[in-house]
Amino acid sequence: MNLHEHQAKALLAEYGVPIPRGKVAFSVDEAVAAASELGLPVVVKAQIHAGGRGKAGGVRLARTEDEVRAAADAILGATLVTKQTGPEGRLVRRLLVEEGVAIARELYVSFIIDRSTGRPMCVASAAGGMDIEEVAAETPEKILTVTVDPAMGMQPFQARRLAFGLGFEGQVFRNGTKFLTALYRAFEGLDASQVEINPMLVTEGGDVLALDAKVSVDDSALFRQPQVAALRDIHEESPLEVEASKHRLSYIKLDGSVGCMVNGAGLAMATMDIVKLAGASPANFLDVGGGASAEQIENAFRILSSDPEVRLVLINIFGGILRCDRLAKGLIAAVRKLGVTLPIVIRMEGTNVELARRMLEESGLDFTTADGMRDAAEQVVRKLEAVPA
Amino acid sequence: MSVLVGNETRLVVQGITGREGAFHAEACRDYGTNLVAGVVPGKGGQTAVGVPVFDTVAEAVEKTGANVGFVLVPPPFCADAYAEAVDAGLDLVVSITEGVPTRDMVRVMRTVPPGGTRILGPNCPGVISPGKAKVGIMPGFIHKEGHVGVVSRSGTLTYEAVHQLSERGIGQSTCVGIGGDPVIGTNFVDVLELFAADEDTGAVILIGEIGGGAEEEAADFIRRELKKPVVAFIAGQTAPPGRRMGHAGAIVMGGQGTAAGKMEALRSAGCTVVESPAEMGAAMEARLQG
Repeated sequence: MNLHEHQAKALLAEYGVPIPRGKVAFSVDEAVAAASELGLPVVVKAQIHAGGRGKAGGVRLARTEDEVRAAADAILGATLVTKQTGPEGRLVRRLLVEEGVAIARELYVSFIIDRSTGRPMCVASAAGGMDIEEVAAETPEKILTVTVDPAMGMQPFQARRLAFGLGFEGQVFRNGTKFLTALYRAFEGLDASQVEINPMLVTEGGDVLALDAKVSVDDSALFRQPQVAALRDIHEESPLEVEASKHRLSYIKLDGSVGCMVNGAGLAMATMDIVKLAGASPANFLDVGGGASAEQIENAFRILSSDPEVRLVLINIFGGILRCDRLAKGLIAAVRKLGVTLPIVIRMEGTNVELARRMLEESGLDFTTADGMRDAAEQVVRKLEAVPA
Repeated sequence: MSVLVGNETRLVVQGITGREGAFHAEACRDYGTNLVAGVVPGKGGQTAVGVPVFDTVAEAVEKTGANVGFVLVPPPFCADAYAEAVDAGLDLVVSITEGVPTRDMVRVMRTVPPGGTRILGPNCPGVISPGKAKVGIMPGFIHKEGHVGVVSRSGTLTYEAVHQLSERGIGQSTCVGIGGDPVIGTNFVDVLELFAADEDTGAVILIGEIGGGAEEEAADFIRRELKKPVVAFIAGQTAPPGRRMGHAGAIVMGGQGTAAGKMEALRSAGCTVVESPAEMGAAMEARLQG
């Protein structure tokens, strides 16, 4: 789960990570009030779940009340298009108004779980404010890493090594090691999958602050992070994906015309792949879960058919233990109940598959049964040619 | 021979009195696995699925000689069940549980001493050595005894590969699902090491997916050490970057973990990499004949 910048900063501050003073605002008047409370100048920042806001005009410096009003008015309600939002952009519904700070240096620091060691890793660089992936690709020597033993936590020597590597001295060194240690505690305490501070700021006064903050929390840990779970902003998610998650379906909308319904994430990805290889285009990723119960199939149909781009549905269920006749019964019932008129190509495997095929063929509904994944993909292409766009 | 599980397996199911626990304990036993005990704290002394239930794994080991654990408990309790199996000194512990917090896995892996219990999963279908034993939730009947090792991050896609093999009369030595989470116990390289040393395994199917660098590490191992034919498929060639495709670990981030990169790494290590998931069985047949 992703958080807004202002939410992330508030959580980090609870762990002792220094942040600039700021207030969230949902209207122009609230932004003006926040600025007068904080004192001018301020920075007015769009709050959306995507990076690259600055370049898209979503971050503005305001030196007077009029400038605050103008900036807030321009950003709130605007649709920002950044390289992370996709071409449709993201509507701005809230702002962070923050005190202006005098910048001496901008650096980069993040914590992630390093998948190859299975341990937390700190990645830091003196090249702050830049795209860290570019830095890593072009000047890997500018990237510092430290792997943390989860049983020990981040050790003082590790924080010192990073601080020396970043060129910190004197008071800044002391503030920097404190910052890094607090950031690790937040990463661990919040069950974060990523905490990224870009830029981490050294002010002219020698303070070290998180000027921006991106925090992603492990969805599997939300049951024990109620404070984080309560911060979910469903405006930042696609409505169909929100609906799917209510039914514990894993659904991701894509831009093709073949609605895919599959059990298991790996098989669902593989099904998208084979649709594409056959020359068609998947409309979505959809995993109905290992068991593929009748109820899940009905929910899945409802979500698939509310995507207007879908012209045909491909069902690929490897039942295994699941009995295919039971699956067929659930399918027929769901199609009848929801009045699905889209053509359906179905490939299934498991116990009683022959009986299930007969049931589908005799149902009088528009089912095409396929034998294996390749046949399914070929049937999809053939059917699509026959369906008017 | 086979790897991880076989005729010597003595299985203890942690969470055996739950609905899932009882169902899968029974299915494993019916497949031929030597189920010897169950563990549910507070239910010691009872009987379930025809075997004694103990309060602790340590007690089950002491009384029954159990050497492999199968964890069927909800996500918040999975890491603790793994840790208990490690503490009791089992050879292997498998969990199918989906939704285990990553931090729990990070901590549990830290508790395994060198040469200690092998952890498989979580969020995986488990492991089966056809005709001998299964410790998992895969349908036993699609498998066939033979000499191809299968290792995969996926569940149903593994069944698909196995089905394609069995349909062609090609049997399997052992099929291992390692799971789709970002931090897992046993990884590709661990399983490939076992397959490399196993006389019964003559060839390998490796099924990866987008995200992380495990397939690249596998490719490296294959190039250096595995002198057996490998057929590979990577799921998620059409997945958009930055989106998690169902599995918590299946995400392309910052250009890392793409299907194209993994396919290239495996190809350059000498694997036959198929673009279509429908070609896994046929490609293996061709490699075995060639």
